[in-house]
Amino acid sequence: MSMRSRFYRLAGEALEDDERVAVVSAEIGVGELPDHPRHFNVGIREQLMIGVAAGLALEGMRPIAHSYTPFVIERPYEQVKLDLGHQDLGAILVSTGASYDAARAGRTHQAPEDVAIMAALPGWTIHIPGHPDELERVFRRALANDDRVYIRMSEEENAAPVRGDGLVLLRSGSPLVVAVGPTLGPTLEATADLDVGVAYLSTVRPFPYDAFAGVTDVVLVEPYLVGTSAGEVAAALSDRPARIFSIGVPLAEFRHYGTPAEHRAAHGLHAAGIREAITRRL
Amino acid sequence: MLAYDDVPALLTRLTGDEKHDWSSLSTVDVLWVLHDRVLGPDDRFLLSKGHGPAAFYAVLAAKGLIPADALDGFGAFGSMLGYHPDRTLVPAAGIGSGSLGHGLPIAVGAALTGRRIYCLVGDAELDEGSNWEAVQYAGRIGLSALNVVVIDNRSSTYHWPGGVEERFVLEGWSAVRCDGRDHDAIEEAFASATGERPHAVVAEVEDKR
Repeated sequence: MSMRSRFYRLAGEALEDDERVAVVSAEIGVGELPDHPRHFNVGIREQLMIGVAAGLALEGMRPIAHSYTPFVIERPYEQVKLDLGHQDLGAILVSTGASYDAARAGRTHQAPEDVAIMAALPGWTIHIPGHPDELERVFRRALANDDRVYIRMSEEENAAPVRGDGLVLLRSGSPLVVAVGPTLGPTLEATADLDVGVAYLSTVRPFPYDAFAGVTDVVLVEPYLVGTSAGEVAAALSDRPARIFSIGVPLAEFRHYGTPAEHRAAHGLHAAGIREAITRRL
Repeated sequence: MLAYDDVPALLTRLTGDEKHDWSSLSTVDVLWVLHDRVLGPDDRFLLSKGHGPAAFYAVLAAKGLIPADALDGFGAFGSMLGYHPDRTLVPAAGIGSGSLGHGLPIAVGAALTGRRIYCLVGDAELDEGSNWEAVQYAGRIGLSALNVVVIDNRSSTYHWPGGVEERFVLEGWSAVRCDGRDHDAIEEAFASATGERPHAVVAEVEDKR
């Protein structure tokens, strides 16, 4: 079961189990999300979607807003900033599509910059689950709180979930290759016979600065805009001579359709690309 | 608690300006009537048009919702009262505002819980398309807990030919125009809500320009 179908199931259960929970959608996912008195589909009106989530939170509800990444984060970005952040109201934003799941749909449906702009707003917890089980864990935790949480779903996922929070060390060594969310699968394949360390990170904000004790050499592998958390890694390593290299989706406009696998390869985020980037620097 | 006649003195405390004709503030009468006659203890008021909040602060102070002493520091570094309200500093403000077009969508979300909501917007604020996302949706679903008052001083550059209330009616609201200086007329305009659909009051005041 994909992250997306797991989310739809969990959202339905949450609506049944907790009368504080409300779902706000803007046509996307309406067929999969349950028909429920507290599921408000506002039509193709994303500014309203976030404003309504804020108004529900103002009255003590726990709103969940959901759409494709560009339409839940970028189009209503000022609503996210002001209606939720500035008003100090909580909500769970759940996006689908990640950076290039919608490869065939083109640039309008892709948002590799979403985490960078969400990370520019204070008070958000940002999860990049790499497996449906990880999605379930952070979603359930978010339901139990009143804070601001962004969960970025992807059709790319790892073979198995990783247990544990923060920076999870999977293998010791240097450089330490930090794989974010669904990049873990190709990262493990790329590094299977390399003398490097591997760590996993799926909650990127707040950033686990203290987990980098003793680390001096980091390769950061992110499934979105390259270097999104490079500044955080640099801050974590700022008291020692250190080296940081980032792999991710390049900034340049990428005018190709095709499949997610083709985009992954073009960005060097497949196993061969990650391996080449690491070995070139060993 | 103070009376309407005490509001000018409070406004003078806000700005130090004793010569100003405070009755010219576009929102002062509607804000007074809302807080003096309309809002019940379970209702919520959201000021969406956060520009020029002096009248709002003065009315809140007159009603004992913020300390009158806070008026003296208007806009100062440590003040709870800025040129746009911040609800985390002034809980009585309901929401923080300033960027136009945010209050009405939030009001829709709050009204979906069944709470009666009153939201104040300006006629030029309605230029922002986010308002119309809210007006359309609230009208179609018959969101009767929602009440909007438009302060109409014809400050929108391109105007609303035929009256902005017609846009609300077209989207399924009840809407009424009233004299935004006549306290009884304002009260009556709010009271004319049907209880079956969202309600808009267009409170007409003097032209801004």
